[in-house]
Amino acid sequence: MKRAFPVAIVLSLVALAGCDMVVLDPSGDVATQQADLIIYSTVLMLIVIVPVIALTVFIGWKYRESNKEASYEPDWDHSTSLEIIIWSVPLAIIICLAGLTFVATHRLDPYQPLRRISDVEKIDPAVEPMVIQVSAMDWKWLFIYPEEGIATVNEVAAVVDRPIKFEITSTTVMNSFFVPALAGQIYAMSGMQTELNAVINKPGVYDGFSANYSGEGFSQMRFKFHGHDQAGFDAWVEQVRAQGSELDRETLASLNQPSISHPVTYYNSVETGLWDKIVNLCIEDDSLCLNDMMMVDALGGGGLEGLWNREMFRGICSADDPGALMAMIRPEMRIREDEIIAAMTLVPPAPAN
Amino acid sequence: MAQTDTEQPNEFFVIEEPHHGDDHEEHHETGTMLGFWIYLMSDCLIFGILFATYGVLGRNYAAGPAPADLFDIQMILVATFALLFSSITYGFAVLRMEMDDLRGTVFWLIVTVLFGAGFLYLELLEFTHLWHIGATPMASAFLSSFFFLVGTHGLHVLGGSIWLIVLLTQLGLHGLTPENRRRVMCLSLFWHFLDLIWIGVFSLVYLTGVLL
Amino acid sequence: MSLSHEAADGIAHVSGVDPFWGKLSWGVFPFYEPIVLVTFIVVMLGGLAVVGALTYYRLWGYLWKEWFTSIDHKKIGIMYMVLGLIMLLRGFADALLMRGHQAIAASGGEGYLNAHHYDQIFTAHGVIMIFFVAMPFVTGFMNYVMPLQIGARDVAFPFLNNLSFWLTVSGAILIMLSLFVGEFSTAGWLAYAPFSGLEYSPSVGMDYYLWSLNIAGIGTTLSGINLVVTIVKMRAPGMTWMRMPVFVWTSLCTNILIVVTFPVLTATLALLTADRYLGTHFFTNELGGNPMMYVNLIWIWGHPEVYILILPIFGIFSEIVPTFTGKRLFGYTSMVYATCVIMILSYLVWLHHFFTMGAGANVNAFFGITTMIISIPTGAKVFNWLFTMYKGRIRFETPMLWVMGFMLTFVIGGMTGVLLAVPPADYVLHNSLFLIAHFHNVIIGGVVFGIFAGIIYWWPKAFGFKLEPFWGKVSFWCWLIGFYLAFMPLYVLGLMGVTRRLSQFETTFYSVYFIVALIGALFVAAGIAAFLVQIYVSIRNRDALRDLTGDPWDGRTLEWSTSSPPPYYNFAFTPRVHGLDAFTQMKREGFVRPTEGFVPIHMPRYTATGVVMAGLMTVMGFALIWHIWWLAVVSFAATLIYGIGHTYNYNRDYYVPADEVREIEEQRTRLLAGAAE
Repeated sequence: MKRAFPVAIVLSLVALAGCDMVVLDPSGDVATQQADLIIYSTVLMLIVIVPVIALTVFIGWKYRESNKEASYEPDWDHSTSLEIIIWSVPLAIIICLAGLTFVATHRLDPYQPLRRISDVEKIDPAVEPMVIQVSAMDWKWLFIYPEEGIATVNEVAAVVDRPIKFEITSTTVMNSFFVPALAGQIYAMSGMQTELNAVINKPGVYDGFSANYSGEGFSQMRFKFHGHDQAGFDAWVEQVRAQGSELDRETLASLNQPSISHPVTYYNSVETGLWDKIVNLCIEDDSLCLNDMMMVDALGGGGLEGLWNREMFRGICSADDPGALMAMIRPEMRIREDEIIAAMTLVPPAPAN
Repeated sequence: MAQTDTEQPNEFFVIEEPHHGDDHEEHHETGTMLGFWIYLMSDCLIFGILFATYGVLGRNYAAGPAPADLFDIQMILVATFALLFSSITYGFAVLRMEMDDLRGTVFWLIVTVLFGAGFLYLELLEFTHLWHIGATPMASAFLSSFFFLVGTHGLHVLGGSIWLIVLLTQLGLHGLTPENRRRVMCLSLFWHFLDLIWIGVFSLVYLTGVLL
Repeated sequence: MSLSHEAADGIAHVSGVDPFWGKLSWGVFPFYEPIVLVTFIVVMLGGLAVVGALTYYRLWGYLWKEWFTSIDHKKIGIMYMVLGLIMLLRGFADALLMRGHQAIAASGGEGYLNAHHYDQIFTAHGVIMIFFVAMPFVTGFMNYVMPLQIGARDVAFPFLNNLSFWLTVSGAILIMLSLFVGEFSTAGWLAYAPFSGLEYSPSVGMDYYLWSLNIAGIGTTLSGINLVVTIVKMRAPGMTWMRMPVFVWTSLCTNILIVVTFPVLTATLALLTADRYLGTHFFTNELGGNPMMYVNLIWIWGHPEVYILILPIFGIFSEIVPTFTGKRLFGYTSMVYATCVIMILSYLVWLHHFFTMGAGANVNAFFGITTMIISIPTGAKVFNWLFTMYKGRIRFETPMLWVMGFMLTFVIGGMTGVLLAVPPADYVLHNSLFLIAHFHNVIIGGVVFGIFAGIIYWWPKAFGFKLEPFWGKVSFWCWLIGFYLAFMPLYVLGLMGVTRRLSQFETTFYSVYFIVALIGALFVAAGIAAFLVQIYVSIRNRDALRDLTGDPWDGRTLEWSTSSPPPYYNFAFTPRVHGLDAFTQMKREGFVRPTEGFVPIHMPRYTATGVVMAGLMTVMGFALIWHIWWLAVVSFAATLIYGIGHTYNYNRDYYVPADEVREIEEQRTRLLAGAAE
């Protein structure tokens, strides 16, 4: 064992020298901060790990049986000062690390808007983050650009040094949206929306993929993330517009069928309200959207009738006064005002369509 | 080490076996009761998970019926009292057993199993009614968690009742032997435990469901 | 792809369930997969050879009477170890297949496994290694060693012990069956919903997973209850809490953990089973189900499970280090408290397995920090072992080599573990090969090394002869080198952004790392082979390696005070304990083995109920997996009736006559005298 460890160290060094470690040498500011955090924590822990390894080897060598010169005290089993050191050194390290963790976890919370563009550039409050809506499907990624009104499959682009806000969901099982060069990952889960705020600092083409196993086509569930300057991005949008077709409900429904190694596809326009349909799992016509369902539940449920005729509640969320509508549908239920308010805050606001 | 110095020379083994017979039974009995307690606690955890599941999913009606649309609180109240009384009658059985009264024990155990059967009957009525109107466990997450929580409790009561019947035959065969006493005590723990769980079910599922 | 779809279709669309055969049909035997076919032929030939040999040597009756129906904790312990070893071979074969496939796939080839088959293999590897290798080994140690260490004659509920074992076997049998009848789950070892639901995993694979773990899980829970009661109630006179050997302490904490976490697993799997069998909506995407709840519940069990595996191993090291340094354990009290603290903290960290689910920063920070806190008592333990060695006389026998390997390897795994507990760092490392490297680092470097150390340490106790050291050392070095070669590249790959569970790669960029990892896996294979050779050679040379004293290592705890192997009643006289390291004290103060005054000993009778009930449960599981409802009902009813019938048997124990005890003990006296000459 005395040989294997240096071998491992050398091995890692060789690899480090290759500079291929995208996680430690990323191109987005969030990932850069995360990489720094990895380095800091490792160094902090090495303060205790290295002495332990050295001591293990040293004590093992010195007190070997054949070394009769080493002292031997078979009944020595306690030393208060040693015990204090044993417990307090790791404790001190963990206190430092815990502080670091607490601060870093809050600073790098993926839901929070960015606080800086990079270590040299401050954020410009006038620039709105670019919203990209991401949906995992079996087994491909759909990206919708609400600003530009375009959509793509398995390819995504962003402007260098402009904050990006990903809104992430899944139409199927749990996946994880991950572009190592850009920022840490976040799960994509069906029926809900997670968020990731990030920024890319260097132009280039980066790998992105699902980091959570999702079935047969998982290995091929990859996409390319392009970092462009503004002009390059505009050109890319134009290219999508020129080459794409329309993304409407039918196209989406057929896109949603399982497929492996789906080719890069462009859509030049996106039907209004499509994203809400994706998040609320009602791409198909005959299903009740989740937000409508949650609204009904918050208003006291749909009653026995709801068992057979759920569809009558379709669109309740987009009504001006869901409570009143509910009172019409189910007059026997007396709806309390505060429940309605509580219900409204539970649901992501849906644009009327 | 201080203790060893005072006990010189040390005896390193027990010279005489702890007497067998009654004494040994006593020793084993405490082990069994402890083991049974631990089992009950682990069972309690299963119910804990089911309660938590109900807590999380209990308001996800999926635009279907809510508790207020479904539960017949009066019938549930009757079932609750059946179960509560069965606990009391089990207590009487244990008291009789303490007095070495086999017939009294058996009598109260029979009363207990009848109350238990009554409870099960009412629960079955409720379930078939719900099933009949279409409120099946498949209809919504609320109904899934409801059926699973209440149904698991019901299965426990059924298991307890079968155990009670088995125990009655064993009492008939062997009388109040130490082993049978131990079994009566274990089942007693089990039965009261089910009562406790039911109080949780009744308040969390039925009372809050209907009142809110 | 077409091949795997055929496989899936072959099973999912045996539409119209036959009333008699359920979903079974000729199509379910996956012999169109060449790998499965070859494996099947090999296993069949091997199986026939074993069965033939057993029949030829007329060993069935012996096995049945002396082993299968045995409720002797020592025999059950050994049977657990045998189960673990057999399943280790299966689980490791899966690992080799994966390593080989990934090495080819990363070098530009297609590999020999399609995605569907690959997914089954990594799922089976995880499930088998945790549930049917690590758990049986650990439970086997606790079964064999713990009662001896506390000076007891058996566990508190000997029959239950036998039943627990056979239920574990039942789960293992179902998993093994899935190799040849139908297929196994593709959902990963924790079967995250909604992927594991009926909609996305319609095949019987998931059902194999569920029933196998459900049945084995019940066995584990029962065994946990049993061993807790044993430790609490059956310690020898004088063995107060703070005089228990550390292995007993860690066993106690482990079994408490088992009792409070396995019910969570049972409940969670039951809910998932209901989703699949009854169409309920606990973890589905539709009608109000909540898949995130599954992830939470499964990790509320899953994280303590990791400590269920490692705590007894810490105990094993705490026994081996003092023995081979000839020195009292340093900081016994802090060792005990560290164990208890780890036990409690292991409940408060489950969320660190899914920081990336999008919980708020406060929640993530809380679980990250609680996770880090666990490293404090763990670190204290490492220091304690270190200072036990300090000023000792370290004999580097094979078990001690494993301990040294463990100390050097485990700290690295601990460090990467704490790193993963920092939520923002986890965002980039989660689900990557870095994570894979981390947990193999702690599980191989911790649990597996500890298992080998323990086997070599207690082997002479169980069989009366030591294991051949040469092959043991070969095995150790192969494992150690193999481990580093196999997993250090994975750390690097993780930092290069390679995620886990990939069966195909876009580039050949990672090729060299995967090839090195494959070489590492081959080293480990050599290590396992060397271990088997070691056992074979030792059995052949058993007369030369024989130990008659019962105390080959100069041991410190009570198990070494009786003969090797111990008589079925363990101790002719119940020991009386006066301090820690009870046997060391006995030796120092000139303990003389009593040779007269024997009295009858109260012992439980062997019974076939456990093996019969578990057999029926296996049939029930199989019937439920294949939707053969009538058989499920029949076998369930039979289990119930058989179990109830068992309670009518009041004649479960007997007294070993004093003469028989005297005869056995006198035989040992003669052997000891012969050895002394």
